Amino acid sequence: MTDQSNDPNIKLVAAPQETPSALMMWLGMADNSFTRQKTVKFGDPSAVNSGRLWSFVTIILLLLLWWVSTSFGWVKPIYWPSFEAVGSRMTKLLDQGFRNTELWEHVFISVYRVLSGVFFGALVGIPLGFAMGLSSTARGLFDPIVEFMRPIPPLALIPLIILWLGIDETAKITLLFLAALFIMIIAARSGVSGVKISKVHAAYSLGASKFQVLKNVILPNALPEIFTGIRTAMGVCWGTVVAAELVAAEKGVGSMIMIAKNFLQTDTVVIGIIIIGIIGYAIEMIMRMLESWLIPWRGKG
Amino acid sequence: MTGANHNGLVVDDVSMVFTLPGGGSVHALNNVSLDLKSGELLSVLGPSGCGKTTLLNIIAGFLAPTVGAVFLNGNQVVGPDAERGIVFQQGALFEWLNVRKNISFGPRMAGKPAKETNEKVDHLLNIVGLGDFGDKPVYQLSGGMQQRVALARCLANEPDVILMDEPLGALDALTREKMQGLVLKLWKETGKTIVLITHSVEEALFLGERLIVMAPRPGRIHKEYNLPFAEQGLTQSPRDIKASAEFIEKREEILSMIWEMEEEIMGGMDK
Ligand SMILES: Nc1ncnc2c1ncn2[C@@H]1O[C@H](COP(=O)(O)OP(=O)(O)OP(=O)(O)O)[C@@H](O)[C@H]1O
Ligand SMILES: [Mg+2]
Repeated sequence: MTDQSNDPNIKLVAAPQETPSALMMWLGMADNSFTRQKTVKFGDPSAVNSGRLWSFVTIILLLLLWWVSTSFGWVKPIYWPSFEAVGSRMTKLLDQGFRNTELWEHVFISVYRVLSGVFFGALVGIPLGFAMGLSSTARGLFDPIVEFMRPIPPLALIPLIILWLGIDETAKITLLFLAALFIMIIAARSGVSGVKISKVHAAYSLGASKFQVLKNVILPNALPEIFTGIRTAMGVCWGTVVAAELVAAEKGVGSMIMIAKNFLQTDTVVIGIIIIGIIGYAIEMIMRMLESWLIPWRGKG
Repeated sequence: MTGANHNGLVVDDVSMVFTLPGGGSVHALNNVSLDLKSGELLSVLGPSGCGKTTLLNIIAGFLAPTVGAVFLNGNQVVGPDAERGIVFQQGALFEWLNVRKNISFGPRMAGKPAKETNEKVDHLLNIVGLGDFGDKPVYQLSGGMQQRVALARCLANEPDVILMDEPLGALDALTREKMQGLVLKLWKETGKTIVLITHSVEEALFLGERLIVMAPRPGRIHKEYNLPFAEQGLTQSPRDIKASAEFIEKREEILSMIWEMEEEIMGGMDK
């Protein structure tokens, strides 16, 4: 379909003149064509554009502040390192690693812990959530545990876990498993409970058995919520792993910045924090991409 | 009356009382009896809350009646089954499946051979005019197209009875009229027994070989009609039929009947 009409009697109104350039719109200096035609903008959330230009301003100002304050000696290097110090430290870290471990290995081990925790959390949590959504017995059995554990921040479990399991790898993955578990149970349960009864009825009337209804209706219907659960669990576990590594670990980004602190290597600390931010952001973005690719029907029921 | 030795759909003296969680109860159906021969099309009309959906849910087997029973071809209905297909108003398609997979759901669950099922789906897609849309996700279709998918999904399963709860209720007037033609055509071609609930008097008159008007509080059959219009609809144009004097007379009669019942309910609300 085009907006060109073949009927010669219909005169198309000329397109509005002076369309702002794509660059101006990308920068948020101009509204998109739809918003430009709105007369009510204040209070309309969709009329607020990205304002990307101002984001660049913020970033540049922050970097400028960093550069000025360190090179004029406003802050001591021990509190905040200079650009050059961070740059040369970064080269050194990439080259020699940190404490006999490559930089990427520190990052990798943290990510690996998160993925294991979320994996086992999902492996146990999804069936439990399903059982709780489908059977009164399972719901009654597990409800007290889930409701009790739900508000407890995973970090509060660290002391107990250290007492029980020490500080080895198992202990860390157990902590992350617990952090992911309750998120996954709750997500799966609400995914199951959210099924529209007309869909279940339709499936039974088409001759489906109970198991077929579970597999072909309840499970796919719960997938969007389960995926949201995985995304949340990833975020929470990423925060938890860094904190857990601060407390006790030899390797991982969290331990790297903690050990660096003990040696007053502020530049390494800053690099570690930047890496933590970037990885956390990347996890979120990857999960969102996976989501729109794997579950295109989300919210379209 | 007992349905045990009938052919067709028999609703035998069904009453339904809902007990409310806070105490008290709703008498949703009272002594409803129906006898539908195989291949009949029954429309059900009545003011809101008179128990139409409840009746349909009982026939479908989603609810067990408080008193009475439903029989299909002599067998008592005890739960949902592929012999009784259902078409809801909207939102009962599986949005994670494309059009094709939605339509083939029943045969796939029954483990029918893929080749046979595929041919059947192709055939149904053409019948409902969605030949080019088989691979589209259902959420990209318009409301009218979605209802055609729902119809095709139901037909693919070859049920004996098709139960429809306001299947065209969410459509605009024009689409609705086209869909009525489709329902009529499918009914004639497949010879299915159909129970159609609707809020549109015109639709009920045009499609129903038989029509019942239900009354509320408690829900019961108020009046029953045998109608010629569905038969005429197979040869004459829908517009001619709907404009005929006979059609208009019946329409006004039923409209004022339902209108009166609604008035009574509203009056009851004021007190
Ligand atoms: N699960 C339930 N629990 C309690 N009361 C119910 C339940 N389902 C239906 N009812 C009551 O039974 C009566 C009939 O409801 P029903 O949905 O069958 O009406 P309806 O004729 O389909 O109405 P509408 O035309 O608005 O769809 C109503 O008074 C309703 O409040
Ligand atoms: Mg209803």
